[in-house]
Amino acid sequence: MNFIDNPRKLRGFEKNLKVEKVSRRSILKGLGVTGGFVLAAPVMSRQAFAYETGAGKMPHGVVVDPRVFVAVAPDGTVTILAHRAEMGTGVRTSLPLIVAEEMEADWSKVKVQQAHGDEVKFGNQDTDGSRSTRHYLIPMRQIGASARSMLEQAAAKRWNVPATEVKAVNHEVVHGATGRKLGFGELAADAAKESVPSIEGLKLKDPKDFRYLGKGQVSIVDLHDITTGKAGYGADVRLPGMKYAVIARPPVTGGKLVSFDPAEAMKISGVEKVMQVRGWPWPSKFQPLGGVAVIARNTGAAIKGRDALKLVWDDGANGKYDSVAYRKELEEASRKPGLVVRQEGDADAALKTAAKVVIGEYYLPHLAHVSMEPPVAVADVKGDKAEIWAPVQSPGGTREDVAKTLGIPEGNVTVNVTLLGGGFGRKSKCDFALEAALLSKELGAPVKVQWTREDDLHHDFLHTVSAERIEAGLDKDGKVIAWRHRSVAPTIASTFAAGANHAAAFELGMGLVDMPFEIANISCENPEAAAFTRIGWFRSVSNIPRAFAVQSMVGEIANATGRDQKETLLALIGTPRIVKPAVKDLWNYGEPYDSYPIDTARLRKVVELVAEKGEWGRQVPKGHGLGIAVHRSFVSYIATIVEVAVDDKGKLTVPRVDTAIDCGTYVNPERIASQIEGAAIMGLSLAKYGAVTFKDGKVEQKNFDDFQVVRMDEAPLVTNVYIVPPGPDTPPSGVGEPGVPPFAPALMNAIFAATGKRIRALPIGKQLEA
Amino acid sequence: MIKIKINGQEQSWDGDPDLPLLWFLRDEAGLTGTKFGCGQALCGACTVIVDKEAVRSCITSINDVAGREVTTIEGLHPDGDHPVQKAWRQVNVPQCGFCQAGQIMQAAALLMDNPKPSHDQIREAMAGNICRCGCYQRIENAVHLASTGV
Repeated sequence: MNFIDNPRKLRGFEKNLKVEKVSRRSILKGLGVTGGFVLAAPVMSRQAFAYETGAGKMPHGVVVDPRVFVAVAPDGTVTILAHRAEMGTGVRTSLPLIVAEEMEADWSKVKVQQAHGDEVKFGNQDTDGSRSTRHYLIPMRQIGASARSMLEQAAAKRWNVPATEVKAVNHEVVHGATGRKLGFGELAADAAKESVPSIEGLKLKDPKDFRYLGKGQVSIVDLHDITTGKAGYGADVRLPGMKYAVIARPPVTGGKLVSFDPAEAMKISGVEKVMQVRGWPWPSKFQPLGGVAVIARNTGAAIKGRDALKLVWDDGANGKYDSVAYRKELEEASRKPGLVVRQEGDADAALKTAAKVVIGEYYLPHLAHVSMEPPVAVADVKGDKAEIWAPVQSPGGTREDVAKTLGIPEGNVTVNVTLLGGGFGRKSKCDFALEAALLSKELGAPVKVQWTREDDLHHDFLHTVSAERIEAGLDKDGKVIAWRHRSVAPTIASTFAAGANHAAAFELGMGLVDMPFEIANISCENPEAAAFTRIGWFRSVSNIPRAFAVQSMVGEIANATGRDQKETLLALIGTPRIVKPAVKDLWNYGEPYDSYPIDTARLRKVVELVAEKGEWGRQVPKGHGLGIAVHRSFVSYIATIVEVAVDDKGKLTVPRVDTAIDCGTYVNPERIASQIEGAAIMGLSLAKYGAVTFKDGKVEQKNFDDFQVVRMDEAPLVTNVYIVPPGPDTPPSGVGEPGVPPFAPALMNAIFAATGKRIRALPIGKQLEA
Repeated sequence: MIKIKINGQEQSWDGDPDLPLLWFLRDEAGLTGTKFGCGQALCGACTVIVDKEAVRSCITSINDVAGREVTTIEGLHPDGDHPVQKAWRQVNVPQCGFCQAGQIMQAAALLMDNPKPSHDQIREAMAGNICRCGCYQRIENAVHLASTGV
């Protein structure tokens, strides 16, 4: 069995953490300011605080160093680096805001600058796993506090008073006794000469003095540019002499080019060249699939040229992949015993003696990310140097992969991170940037590789397809005494290692083996499943099928026992406690279990909160129904109530959604609300329409007409979001992804309440019309 | 030679007359605010206003707009303060932001045609514009806000 704890580690990041010796020149160059704030002693630390996170175990860990992240110009402008990628979560605003808060900078005098890909310098930059706030709240506060302390030291020396008598307040340092004040800009040069204080000695602000954190009053830094068309996405990069390229790739994953005829393409006005692109054998990790590129003076000409290419492909081993046949295989596998991945008590025996067994078989198809910005990248390769501009979630990994692909040192590669027009996990894979690098090297000119929507659907790293089967054994009183869950799905590890056919630990930990119900006899199994296309992370990953199955089953048990859904759910969650699943090396989103245990008190709390605020049990009109679901993922707790209306033709609408989230200590509640509102739409999209299917190894969908997503006229009319106030020092947890998993099962439970129909296979499609 | 007026400026093109307006705007004229999302008029990311009508520039050839007036997001308002743009900022609509230029142009065209749309009319008029992040609730509120005066 191929056991891969976290495939991203295959990047070869298990090096020791190092701090780069940063020269004054390189800092100023890096931050693009002059006369700045330059600090002396290197500081590198994992935080010592009330809780530990898994940040230090990520590739390249955490860098806590104000010299790297902050610059103060003589005019008082504070520049703060955003080292994570912005794809719509607001992280490019939130992390710098934390620094500004703690250093007492005035946000209106702060400029945010995007860091390029350099994990030795900035620490881990993989913007995925809903990790940014959770891993960086404390480091960013420490960076801000260091900068504040140095400014205070500089002022104290200027006035020849003890540092304890001065205090930074809103962009200036004040001497309380005399009322003297010095602006941050006036202190910049002196502060630069101060040594960086030790992390242990830093005094962080009392949260009651926060001006920005937790308030939700600060809009994203790109808001004005977005509304005026000035915001720079990957596709918006333009370089002098740049060529435009589109690529015809093998229609079947792992297929190869046999021959091509460029003659007709070359006749198209604007087409300049047709050339082959190197491909890698399957499984190809993040490496390009290969194919034929058409180079032109604009993208429109390149697309027209590609349409005119004559291409012959060898489809290879995956040419027989067929979704209808494979569904049967997965479902068959779910009915037979498989690899046991969690065992408590004796589920087999308890199911045999149970008064009643409720069985649910659920099926969820492949999904495509279809971020509004299809993959795109610009590369300029000159000799042994490469510069990339791309919307990548993994700037550090992209840099490493470009270097390896071109055979040049990593230090010779610059990765400029543009805004991402959506990511959802797709842009954690940098194949499109590698294509641009290969083409630019061969052309000797800058080149933009633009994927079309059809390319995006045909060559995505798809969300897996899965069959989930749950058997729940009930005693004569309707109490659940046995639980067997078999989850069968091709693994993301298959994209990295041939023959990987069991879930990786990180997939098992997403809703299968971490199931929190208080049941005496539990068996979780993972039968084998092979992959025939590229499988990758999709917003909330394996939590989608697992939460769908588990929370639909709660509804089925409620129906079987004639009890209320919410009461059934709370009974299954059981007593407030820390769940300790009998699982060897339980994957907990990379977080230490002590800081982030499975806490059923918090799980109950979000259920109770959403039930109260969302008016669970309220009277709804005929044809309407309420459904509830809860799920812990990315170490956050989320419960959702969906009200659905199904008319007599089977058309469904969603009048109201209520969601409660406990994500621990939070930075920007306004962006949390936007993420949850969006997660409901994505949840509704995947429930109503989401399916990528294969025939003869090829994806059958092409564009938004046959891979539909929810539009405004069918979006929920109202989505209410309730955030649980954090306790003192409650560690921050994920927000970007966890809103998605509970939506679809809550909707299914609502549909059942409205119609008596239990939908067990997604998408809903026409199932309600029958 | 095809002549068109874009954001008040005369532009000319002597290449392929079938070239979609989208690619002329983005790659030839350098107006990258208009986005490519699908190429088939299915998502609305490429929406521009031709004369007074919202048009999908990805399936509109440059020849089709010869002699007409094209407004892109860059030309909607000199300071970016069109009522729709202001409402968008007030409501904090965008997440990733990629579809928003198209959404804003669609909304601006709607309000030219119907200055006081109902919520149902807003939802219907904006249904051609996809937002994968799912900002619909806020888009609807922002269009409503713009129509009632910011």
